[in-house]
Formats: sequence, C-alpha cells, structure tokens
Amino acid sequence: MIKADRVVSTTCPYCGVGCNLMLHVKDEHVFKVTTPFDGPVNHGNLCVKGRFGYDYIYHPKRVTTPLMRKTPQKAGERTQAFDRSEWHEVTWDEALDYTADRLVEIYKRDGSDAMAVYCCAKATNEDNYLLQKMYRAIFRTNNVDHCTRLCHAGSVVALQQATGSSAMSNTASQVIQNDVFIVTGSNTSENHPIIALQMKEAVQKHGAKMIVVDPRRIDLVDMAELWLPLKPGTNVPVFTAMAYVIVEENLVNHDFIDDRTEGYTEFLSTLETFTPEYAEEISGVPAEDIRKAARLYAKADKAAIYWGMGISQLSHGTASALALINLAFLTGHIGREGTGLNPLRGQNNVQGASDMGSMPFHYPGYMRVDNPDNRAKWERAWNIEEGGLSLKLGLTTTEILGHAHEGGIRALYIMGENPMMSEPNLNETRKHMQQLEFLVAQDIFINESAAFADVFFPATPFAEKDGTFSNTDRRVQRVRAAHAPRGQARPDWQIICDLAKRLESRLGVASAYWDYSHPEEVLREMGNVNPDYAGITYDRIDKIGLIYPVPSMEHPGTPTLFTETFPRGRGKFHPLEYVPVREEADDEYPFILTTGRLLEHWHGGTMTRNSVLNDAYPEARVEIHPADAEIHGIRNGDPVKVQSRRGEIVVRATVTEKTTVGVVFLPWHFHEAAANLLTNDVLDPQAKIPEFKACAVQVFPAREDDLARPDVVVNRGRY
Amino acid sequence: MAEITLIIDGQEVTAEQGKTLLEVAREIGKDIPTICFHEATTANALCRICVVEVEGQRVLQPACIVKAGAGMKVQTRSEKVVRARRTILEMLQSTMDLSDAPEIQQMMVEYGADANRFPGAERRESEVIDDNPMYVRDYSKCLLCWRCVQVCADDAQYTFAINFDGRGFETQIGTFFDKAIPETSCVLCGQCVGVCPTGALKPKREYLLEQGMTPQEIGVLNTGRKQRKQR
Repeated sequence: MIKADRVVSTTCPYCGVGCNLMLHVKDEHVFKVTTPFDGPVNHGNLCVKGRFGYDYIYHPKRVTTPLMRKTPQKAGERTQAFDRSEWHEVTWDEALDYTADRLVEIYKRDGSDAMAVYCCAKATNEDNYLLQKMYRAIFRTNNVDHCTRLCHAGSVVALQQATGSSAMSNTASQVIQNDVFIVTGSNTSENHPIIALQMKEAVQKHGAKMIVVDPRRIDLVDMAELWLPLKPGTNVPVFTAMAYVIVEENLVNHDFIDDRTEGYTEFLSTLETFTPEYAEEISGVPAEDIRKAARLYAKADKAAIYWGMGISQLSHGTASALALINLAFLTGHIGREGTGLNPLRGQNNVQGASDMGSMPFHYPGYMRVDNPDNRAKWERAWNIEEGGLSLKLGLTTTEILGHAHEGGIRALYIMGENPMMSEPNLNETRKHMQQLEFLVAQDIFINESAAFADVFFPATPFAEKDGTFSNTDRRVQRVRAAHAPRGQARPDWQIICDLAKRLESRLGVASAYWDYSHPEEVLREMGNVNPDYAGITYDRIDKIGLIYPVPSMEHPGTPTLFTETFPRGRGKFHPLEYVPVREEADDEYPFILTTGRLLEHWHGGTMTRNSVLNDAYPEARVEIHPADAEIHGIRNGDPVKVQSRRGEIVVRATVTEKTTVGVVFLPWHFHEAAANLLTNDVLDPQAKIPEFKACAVQVFPAREDDLARPDVVVNRGRY
Repeated sequence: MAEITLIIDGQEVTAEQGKTLLEVAREIGKDIPTICFHEATTANALCRICVVEVEGQRVLQPACIVKAGAGMKVQTRSEKVVRARRTILEMLQSTMDLSDAPEIQQMMVEYGADANRFPGAERRESEVIDDNPMYVRDYSKCLLCWRCVQVCADDAQYTFAINFDGRGFETQIGTFFDKAIPETSCVLCGQCVGVCPTGALKPKREYLLEQGMTPQEIGVLNTGRKQRKQR
C-alpha cells in the first residue's frame, strides 16, 4: 500500500464538467486520482479520462526542453519534424530571444495584420488572459482566437444575439430539477460523462422525462421518453416545427412573451411553412413524434434544453441554436431553476478562455473590440496610449490559417492547440501551415501542428501549474500544481511574460506590465476590468468554486441567469429559414458523414493518444448501419475506405445500429486516420464555425494492408 | 419534518424522523464503526459491523439501515455489541487479506480482535486479475461489501458491468459470463475503485508501483500496444 506524500486538490483537465480531482503524489509522481464525494460538481464520480488519463504527464515523448529546428524553415517549404533528431535542444534564453527577434522583425516589416495567435481552451484563465494581452497590447492586433470557434461558436453567437449572454443559463446540477429535458446534438455519456450520470439520475430517481434529438442512437436513448432520429443538419425544421405545434395548440407562455421578449409577431409570420409534416419530409423524424416532443416540452412546469456540437458545428450552426432559443422563449422555460438554455461546453476551460477575451471580436468579459469605450478601459488597464489598441475585428481560427500567405498572416503562435487535427479539410490546412513564415508552438508534445514549428516552448500540463479553469456552468475553480514541472518545462503564464518583456524592450515601448509573482495577480488584474469576475479571488474559491457573474467581493455567485431580465433587455425571437447542409448525399457520395468524439479520447489526441487511454481504445472505427453495411458487403471489423471530395482514410467498420441508415460516424482523434481530412471547410456566415457534422462520403471495402495499423484492433464491449 | 425522541447510550436525543440510527448517533458524536456503508451508496447492512443493541429487539440491529424510532433505547457499545463486532473482525481476518485496509486493521486493535481466533479457516484466495489498462482486481482482498456493484449500477453509473457471481462461500464479484472487463459494458470509469474499502480494486499504476516498477518503467509500458507486444 502506497502512502501519499501529499494529496493535491485540483480540477480535471478534460471536459467542461470541471470535476474536482485529488491528485495523490508520492516521490514527485502522481500515482492515483480520487475525488471527494461531497464535491459540488461531480459528487464523487469520475470518468475514465479524469480518473486514469493523467499519465501523459510522464510519457517519455513529452518535451521538457526548449527546442529549435535544425533546418531553417521558409514560407512555402515548411515541413513537419516529429523526430527529436530534427531539433536542437536550446536554453530558454536562446529560444525566447530568437522568437522575440523573429516576431519583432515580422511585425516591424508587415505590421499588426501579419501577426496571429491561437490561445488554448485547455490552458488556465491566467494563461489565456496573458496571451491575448500580449497580442493586443504589443502587436496591436485582434487576430486572437482559439478552438471555441470550432465547437460552440454557433451557440455563442446565437445566445449573444437573442439574450446578450453566451454561457449555460443554468448549472448542470440542476438537471435533476427538470420535469422534461431535451438533449440534442450531444452524446453526453461520452463527452460529458458526469452530466450524463445526472441526466440518468433525473430520469431514474426524479421522474424527469428525457427527449433525445440526435442522428445517432446514443447511450442516453435507453432512458429516453422519445428519440427523434433526425438527419444531420435538419435541426432548424425539427425544432421550428416544435414551435409550430406549440403555437398551433396554444401551449405558449403569453405572459413570458409579453413581459420578457420581443419580435414574437415577426417570428409567428415565418412559422407557417414549418408544419411537422414538412419537417418530417426533410428530417425523417415522424411528424407525430415532433408533436409529442413539443407537447412534452411546452406543458412541463420546468423544462430545459442541453445541446452539444450537433447544433453548432454546421454551416447554419447559429440558426440551429436560435431554433432552440425560440422554443425557450415561447414557453418561458428560461430564467428559473430547473429550466434553461444550456450549451454543454467541450473543453475544461473553453468557457474561461472565451471569458478571457481569447476571441477576435471581444476583450475579456465579452466587450466588443470595435467599441471605443471598451478599448479605453483596456488601454487604461494595460498602460497604453489613448487610441492605441485596434478597433478592427480580428480573424477567426479558420480564417487565420486561410490568410497565411504573402500580405496576410506571416507569424503564428500556437499555445496548446492542434489545428492540424482540429481544422476541417486538413489537406488545405496543411498547405496553409506550410505558408507561414514563422511558427511558435507552446505545448507538451510535438503534435501534428507543433511539428511544423520553428521554435518549441515546453509548457506544463495541468498538474504542474497554478491557476483557474471556468467550467461549462460558469464555475471558476482552482487548478493547483501537484509537483514541480518536469525538466525545464515552465508554466505557460511564465513563458508568455518572459517573451512579452523581450518584445517590449526590442520595440522600445512602455510596458503593459508582466512582472507577476503568482497567477492570482493576473486574475485580479483581469477582474478589475471584467465585472463578471470582479468578486473572484483565490481565497474565495479555495475550497469551492464560484459561479460567475460575481460582481462584488460579497456576491455569492449566480447559478441561474436571466431571472429578471436578459443582458440585452428583452429576449429576441429570430425568424428562421431552412438552409440545407452545404454538401448533401448524392449518387457519387451517398452517405452523410458526421464526426464526433469517443469516451476514451480527447480531441486531437495530444493528451489521450499519449496515455494509457490509448490502450483502452487504440483505433478509429467508422460506424455504419447494418442495412447500409449489407448493401455494400461490409462486415463488422472489415477495413473500409471512407472517401469525400476532399480526402480519404482507411479504417475498420463497426456495423451498428448506433448510427442511422444513410449516416456514418467517425471520431476525429486519430492522426493515422484523421476524420478531418474528409470534412467540409464551409463556414457558418455569422459564427464562422465549420460544418464538421455533415459532409457527403462514399464507403468502399478495403484491404487489411490499407490500414495504417493493421495490427491494432479495438475490442470493447461498451456501447 | 416531524421530530422524534429516543435514548442513545442513556442520552436523550431529538432527531428528524426517517433518519437511520447511524445518522442520529453520528450527529451526537457517537462512534459507530462501518465497513460496507458508504455515504454515496445505498446501505444494505451486509457487513454488520455497525450493529447496535435496541431494547426489546431479539437480535442486534444494523445502524446503517434501521430507522431511529420514537422511544427507542439504543446501546452503541454494550458488551454484546462489542463481542459481535470483534467476532465479525476475526472472521474477516481469518478468510481474507486485510493488508490494504488500514481502517479495518485499526478496528481490530480497538476491539481487541484475535487474528488467530479461527486458525483452520479456509481463506478466500484469488489470483490478481489484470485484464484491462486501468485497474486490477484482487478478490483475495474483497469482503463483498457490494459497493462496487452498486456504483456500477443505479447508485451512480448505470452501467451494470459487474455483479455477484456464485453462491455462499464461493460468492465473488464478477462479470457476466466471466468476460474480461474491456469486453463487458464497463466504461472504465473506476467508480468501483473509488469506493472499494479494502484495496481489492486498485488503479493499475498504483499496483505496478507497489510491484516495484519505477514510474519510468511504467511510462514505457504505457506508450502503446506495439511497444507492449515487444516486451
């Protein structure tokens, strides 16, 4: 029996649930993770990633020394270097000086528009705040974004337009208070496992009725009252047809509409076409089930909607989210406990990174960058001359790489992200990456994107740094170092501050201040300007996190939003029209491919593919319905080629009724069979989110030899 | 909520109706030991270490499930209670491996349990089952408290991957058709590991360190299937 030298309380680095972890440390090594049974978020439960998936920290391939490429890289000829022999080990001074020289050279030559940065939804609030501060204050650019663009941008924009806010309106622990709830576009059991437990508890122990609206027969369907298996990308007709039924049968909440909303009359006038029969024709969901779902939701005393990327990752992702918001406004299922509009945020700190202004249109606290009053606030905070910060909206994640060419983006700084896995249409992404003149990667492994870099800064994973994460229900929680960084690795915030000071001295500009002795000072600096975080100190969240908005030091936090009013005043109905996905199935590409995630893996795989988690699920499989498989002569486990207009991969098939006829599913974690080689890089016009959830593909039988790793076969019995 | 009055160890106590004797006794600072009871699982009174003497009842009552009743007279440390607890501990010690259960070892000392009271007892021996990447199962250390089965079922995870297998003395926690863990419905959440009181379920990394492997050696082991096959 091993006795821990110490047990360190921190927050899980995986999904947005934000589970409380206790790291048991012996000889400067985490050997076990437990969780307190009285924890406010996860009540003693964890998933496989949180409990066992921390071992990437100790993986032999982790980089703990600053690196520089041996062969100088040139725009247009940039290559990937995965092997350590292609890199020099250098000192921190060498790496930081070289990086500062190159960035300043490019900035002086090409100006602000040549500079861009990817912040990181895995890193802490403090890390993200400082990185966007560095680019805004020193390079005077808003070309700052992170992977929120690729996950919930559609939801964020929709919520901003309709309510003026952009987070879950209620907490996940309120699930058990729901009488009826809708889960849509979210395979919650695999992507937010602990919230799925609370959903199951709500059904099994509290009498709630669950409606699942999803093209896949996900695990939650077992406990659902209704399952509406819609065709990918037909959210708007299905949910608007529900609105049609609610209006037709007069199940609307007139008081709520009169007192709290605007635009109802215009909305009604566009509702006419959206009969359940029309929606059935488009989506394949029986009209009668749409009616049942509408009645269940509207008649409930307390009803809520939980959604994931099946809503937002579409070329009409904003419209899809607005369709859900319209339903909540019609019925008044918002602004009370046990109700709400709840986008389940993916990353541990995607909410926080967004709050910290790691976005091209917003300063911290969602203050628009094109508003001079907001600019003035941050100019004062960062010691910048009046009118010094840029009013110009920056480029989004996908746009940044799309602009990597002469006259566009020349230098890119990537903290922790992996666009070479997470962008759509990766063959295009590769070309863009090659066009960069200078690339800095700050990470823990040489992943597919860092392999393109000139300089590699070895940063620390969650267990080696202090800071805060803000989870999906806006709870700001502490992250604590379990032990010192391995090797020469350094916490991200320290790397950023050291580089920023070098940049300022080379440019001869006044300092925006980078001499923090602890991340807590960083959070205070941000909270002094961002009212949502004004009352959050490390002392106050020492034991239990606070749910923002926390406008003052005495304020207890705000679990339920919009109880009196919406930030924009009245909630705004949005008339919608049905726009099909950009690429529909046809004779040549007869299947719709939808992508998503697996329980055992995380996004681009930088963490989980370098973990024991990979042993639990070592290969990508394409899910295909038995009826489709039979037509194409595909048996369970057969190698198949999945091909779209943009690329092809070979994987084994899983023949399963978990997917529906005409729809195939691929997880996107596996670099050797990257689903994003196939996906469509068309963007939602407002949110600029790509259409990851639907593109047309063909599936052919292939040979064992065509597989990247024929020797690897996953053998799991879980659903 | 209605309130009731009862007497615990001679002390008059007012309690909320519906609470168990264990809850009420702990509220007034009485130390009733528990083994199978866990705050996060449904109490089943399997181990009987929490028994107390209730006046008028023929047998000792398990405090974890018996509700406090108006007018009850309860003794939490009578001679009969102490003897019962001591015997339970001695029987556990004689049949299973308590080396990973320091709390139970502490109880042995406190209750003066004789480790050799039943020298000829048949022990419940079992090989360590190492069939998945996340945790190992050593049923020599299992006292059948049922917590793992409960959290895998409707106390937490709703996965139903494990259950009691066999009858009587042969009873052991197992998977359906004795399948390896990865081939069952198990999602490897480790909720079972989190509630195991005796180290019968243990994270694989912790187990390997105990076996004398260094973190570096484990790191290499976990670098993927290919390397593993080569070892």
